[in-house]
Amino acid sequence: MIKAILIFNNHGKPRLSKFYERYSEDTQQQIIRETFHLVSKRDENVCNFLEGGMLIGGADNKLIYRHYATLYFVFCVDSSESELGILDLIQVFVETLDKCFENVCELDLIFHVDKVHNILAEMVMGGMVLETNMNEIVTQIDAQNKMEKSEAPTGSKQYHPTRGQCLQLPAPPPRLRKKPRSLTLWCQPLIASSKCTYRH
Amino acid sequence: MEKTLSALPSLLSLEPGAKLAAASRLGALVRGITELASKQKQMRECLVRLIYCEMLGYEASFGYIHAIKLAQQGSLMEKRVGYLAVSLFLNESHQLLLLLVNTVLKDLQSTNLLEVCMALTVASQLFPPEMIPAVLPLVEEKLQHSKEIIRRKAVLALHKFYLIAPNQVQHIHDKFRKALCDRDPGVMAASLHIYLLLIKENPDGYKDLTGSFVTILKQVVGGKLAVDFNYHSVPAPWLQIQLLRILRLLGKDDPVTSEQMYDVLDESLRRAEINHNITYAILFECIQTVYTVHPKADLMEKAATCNGKFILSPKNNLKYLGLKALTYVIQQDLNLVLQHQMTIIECLDHSDPIIKRVTLELLYRITNAQNVTVIVQKLLEYLRESKDEYVTISLVGKVAELAEKYAPNNEWFVQTMNAVFAVGGDMIPSDIPSNFLRLLAEGFDDEVEDKQLRLYAVNSYLALLEKDQVQYPQRFLQVMSWVLGEYSYLKTETKPEDIIEKLHCLLGKCSVSSETKAWILSAITKLFRLTLNVKVLPEVLQSYGNSMDSCLRQCSFELKQLVENREIMNTVLPLDASCDDIVVDASLSFLDGFVAEALGHGAAPYKPHHQRQEEKLSQEKVLNFEPYGLAFVTSPQASSVTGRQSPAGLSIGSEISCNSTEAGIKDSNSLKLDGVKKVWGKEGYLRKRESKVEALASLGSESETTTDTSSKTERTATVSEEEQEKQQLASSLFVGLGSNNLVSLMGKPQSSTQKVWRKSKIVEGQNGHEKAMNAQKTIVPHPPQIPNLMDNVGERCSLFQESKAMPLRKTSSDSAEVPTEQPAQGYDRSWTPSNNLKTIKAMPSASKEPFSGLFADGNFDIIQPANCRSAFEAHDQISGLAPSLPEEFAQHAHSKLELLCANENIALFSCKIWKEDCLLIPLFITNRSSVEVHNATVNFALTDELQTSESTDFPFPVVQSQTTVKCHLCLQMVNPCTQVLLTGHLTYQLESSHCTQEEFTLILFLIDFIRPLKLTTEEFGHLWLSLSNDVKQNLSFAPNAPEALSSALHTLQKELKLHIVDIIGTEGIIACQLLPSTPCLLHCRFHGGILSVWLRSPCSVLPDCMLYECQKVMQNVQL
Repeated sequence: MIKAILIFNNHGKPRLSKFYERYSEDTQQQIIRETFHLVSKRDENVCNFLEGGMLIGGADNKLIYRHYATLYFVFCVDSSESELGILDLIQVFVETLDKCFENVCELDLIFHVDKVHNILAEMVMGGMVLETNMNEIVTQIDAQNKMEKSEAPTGSKQYHPTRGQCLQLPAPPPRLRKKPRSLTLWCQPLIASSKCTYRH
Repeated sequence: MEKTLSALPSLLSLEPGAKLAAASRLGALVRGITELASKQKQMRECLVRLIYCEMLGYEASFGYIHAIKLAQQGSLMEKRVGYLAVSLFLNESHQLLLLLVNTVLKDLQSTNLLEVCMALTVASQLFPPEMIPAVLPLVEEKLQHSKEIIRRKAVLALHKFYLIAPNQVQHIHDKFRKALCDRDPGVMAASLHIYLLLIKENPDGYKDLTGSFVTILKQVVGGKLAVDFNYHSVPAPWLQIQLLRILRLLGKDDPVTSEQMYDVLDESLRRAEINHNITYAILFECIQTVYTVHPKADLMEKAATCNGKFILSPKNNLKYLGLKALTYVIQQDLNLVLQHQMTIIECLDHSDPIIKRVTLELLYRITNAQNVTVIVQKLLEYLRESKDEYVTISLVGKVAELAEKYAPNNEWFVQTMNAVFAVGGDMIPSDIPSNFLRLLAEGFDDEVEDKQLRLYAVNSYLALLEKDQVQYPQRFLQVMSWVLGEYSYLKTETKPEDIIEKLHCLLGKCSVSSETKAWILSAITKLFRLTLNVKVLPEVLQSYGNSMDSCLRQCSFELKQLVENREIMNTVLPLDASCDDIVVDASLSFLDGFVAEALGHGAAPYKPHHQRQEEKLSQEKVLNFEPYGLAFVTSPQASSVTGRQSPAGLSIGSEISCNSTEAGIKDSNSLKLDGVKKVWGKEGYLRKRESKVEALASLGSESETTTDTSSKTERTATVSEEEQEKQQLASSLFVGLGSNNLVSLMGKPQSSTQKVWRKSKIVEGQNGHEKAMNAQKTIVPHPPQIPNLMDNVGERCSLFQESKAMPLRKTSSDSAEVPTEQPAQGYDRSWTPSNNLKTIKAMPSASKEPFSGLFADGNFDIIQPANCRSAFEAHDQISGLAPSLPEEFAQHAHSKLELLCANENIALFSCKIWKEDCLLIPLFITNRSSVEVHNATVNFALTDELQTSESTDFPFPVVQSQTTVKCHLCLQMVNPCTQVLLTGHLTYQLESSHCTQEEFTLILFLIDFIRPLKLTTEEFGHLWLSLSNDVKQNLSFAPNAPEALSSALHTLQKELKLHIVDIIGTEGIIACQLLPSTPCLLHCRFHGGILSVWLRSPCSVLPDCMLYECQKVMQNVQL
């Protein structure tokens, strides 16, 4: 089972944390720190698996991570998960993010925490892998977005909004629609091109 | 709005230094949230930001309630954010969660897909066991939903429910089977999560599904799934991985089941040739499965070749996995290690510490007496480099273990242990130093050898203490001081004064913790026994006689007294007597007079901790919410309890932090001695032993003192020499693993040159409680790290024979097998479930047939071992021979005598006799042949759940022809579980022929161990309050008549052997106990066709199990 999914940048700032086991707030922060400490020490061309990390559960647990541009994606899993399987799951996750955000970069993760969480929820549920097919995930997310945007009945018979107050169409959220293209590393796309490169 | 937005990036880029600013911004957010409470859209924005803030580690609890509100009231979009925030903010024990239950219920019933999905996710993420009944019916319903995404999420939600409360979803196992046959592969894949879990717990119960899993895997591997499921042109790789794991669990140690999967494993190995990560993932699982299931030679060969690809791969990930697989594989095939020796040597110097560690782990597994020095040296080298706490702890234990097991000589052993202590520092687990000291103290059978070892240890420590500038870890210092105190007398050439002087120097150092100082002081005390020169004494007494640390102070007073009175000194501290047992009056009865006097002067009698706490709680309570509240008139009873107790409770009991939930009736009456340090004996203070060592907070230091042994590799520059060195290293590492040397591996790790390092010496005596506990730990022989090849082969042969000899079993599994050729048509997006369904449906009914008894009703899967079934069929033929139950047994309640196993020569009968204090299993061995049977032995293998006070072996030297002998086994259940398998085997010899072995299995149920507990209402009330593991559940109960309750209770009483304590109006109380003596109390209330049952017990599992049994009974009644 997957115990936790952590994303942090090269400086150890958390960008996303999702725990599937119960830890107290303090422990969660410690786990993030400890994991960053373990992962950041590693060279670029060593293996992507780590053992240990006392906080998250000791001997039975593994950290499986990938480093993309400015971000580390770390999955903490127990012995019942396949290392290489998770490694590719991370790839699927990042590619899905890339599809949903178009050239995903660190800023996307900062400004759309909720969306990232929603995408993650389509892939992993309760620590178990739910869906690994990228197209399927993207379809789900798109469908959800569409459904949210048009909360009024759209003629499609499947979706009946249940509440009266949903009928008024809310304006699209006044969020940041343009990414500020400043000089910071934040805007560096995680995957070099949209045709993603695989590290075999 | 715009303003807050523009402020966002700066808020998010906060550096840790700018906490103040963050606090003020959080303040703004607080204000914002309260102001905006009515405006949901902005609220959504705020919550997203709050999520981010909390992730960064800031306190955000002020927003929790708003998240719940948003989830309750918002439109779809807001709801989504609300749910997300709730699932990130709250945990399963948060109070606010209660507010969410209704919303989740409402959304589960919604027609909107998204709402249902969100509700399912939140329920599975957050709901604690007690809330599951509320949503369970709705989630179950979703298994039939028309949308596959909902079905899939429902299956995963049920998986989570199963994880946290297995009893509550026990009734829907059939539905899991349906999910496994779902037409959507996604739903099927989700259900595999549950099956993996179920099969891990009970592989025997799901053997019938093997055929289905194999068929599914075949279809997937064969590319029958839609192209959508491909990932890098590999069909559904994650699904394959999951299936291979399941097959591994099913095929383990089971030749018949393994047989079914050989084809598909072969196919998987063959197909996975494309060079991509994910194919390697599948290959890796395949290799592990091949080596776990019953071995098949050519498959193993293929797997070995594949594993070679991993190890030789230049990619570190694959190399890591290859080495890992190798660690796993060596249990089966040692030669594989020899094939890759050079790669392993290279990996020892790999730049990646993780790979290095896996390699060392591998070496650790192949250690034997010949290569131990080199391997230990490598391990120590790695330890010195690594600074990681986790690595240190795990490796230090391994080094110590190897050293104790295979040490070639004394010097090496002592020096290795010194290195371990120096490197391990204070992270070292406390059992390593105490094991080492015990080994020194108890010694071996050879007196001279012992002395030599001890002397060597003393010498090495004296040498280490010579060095001034070095700081040693606390644990190491403690070991040194103990050894010097005990065994300095062996070193005749050094004066004891000098050693005392040295130890005194240590005492002065500020880096030494006060606990270590106490060790050193007691060592000094022991040393003063050897000398009359008391020069340092006044100094020691002066500095520690008025120390603030009571332990040090006590030590120094003892020292003073003992030095003044030599006679006492000699009796209290005899030479070399650390292993002699000291009789301790554990009840401290010598204090009785003192206690009586104190009581006489009006002191309050002692109350145990949990009782005090309970009384405190009861005083604080304004309203008494507990039923049977009157029982709190405890004082007379309580004092009578303590009166019965030994007054020892005064001093010992006070140290026990007794958890009131654990302390049942039994516990409060008996003394708990484990965990209590034995400090006082009849003679007064006991010398400090190797007993327990508290965790210390002090800095450990690297020391150059660790002398390397038998180091061989001096790095030189030239490549050729390096090559040569590697060869040499290889030969020293893999010595003893080659085929010519196999003899040394075959179960006899101690060759003639080797001593028995782990000495099994049972410490007896009354004081030895803790010591004995530790000793037992070491006596347990270490599992042989190197597999016994010969045995393995023998086992395989016998298994093969067995499989031939069991046509019945084979045919039954054949008949269940799905035809291997699947119709290809219509197999795109639509899964062909029909065939799978048939198999799955067919099996349960077949397996249930022959079984009747306590659980005759339908949806309970009974594990039916194959040999048991065959025994049933043989039953008819030989039932005439069945012995009758003797009078002494027949007077108790008992089940029918049944045949356990039989062949043409011998038959074994048994039944269950429900005696009051135990479950008695009588065994009748009937010799059906015409000759005598010799050396018949019945042996039971007890699982952890069961215990017996007697032996589990029953030998019968001779059984006459056509006669029956009998024996019996008394069982009690220590750990409650709904059912447990009692396995055993019968071995015997016919005349001079070989030993024959027959295995048999008995299924024991929880009910077999339940007995009525006779209590009065008052006792019940009192006991009820002292227990706090409780479970509540509503059982629907159709007849709504006034006497329904009593009829229900009497059914329970009849079926479950309970004791009805009282029935008052619509409420009834029942008591029972699980043998040996775990009480379980039930409180039933009947209203409106529903029976609410409330169970309590000191054991946390028992209420769940009992509830399950009650449910079964009530369901039976209604049927």
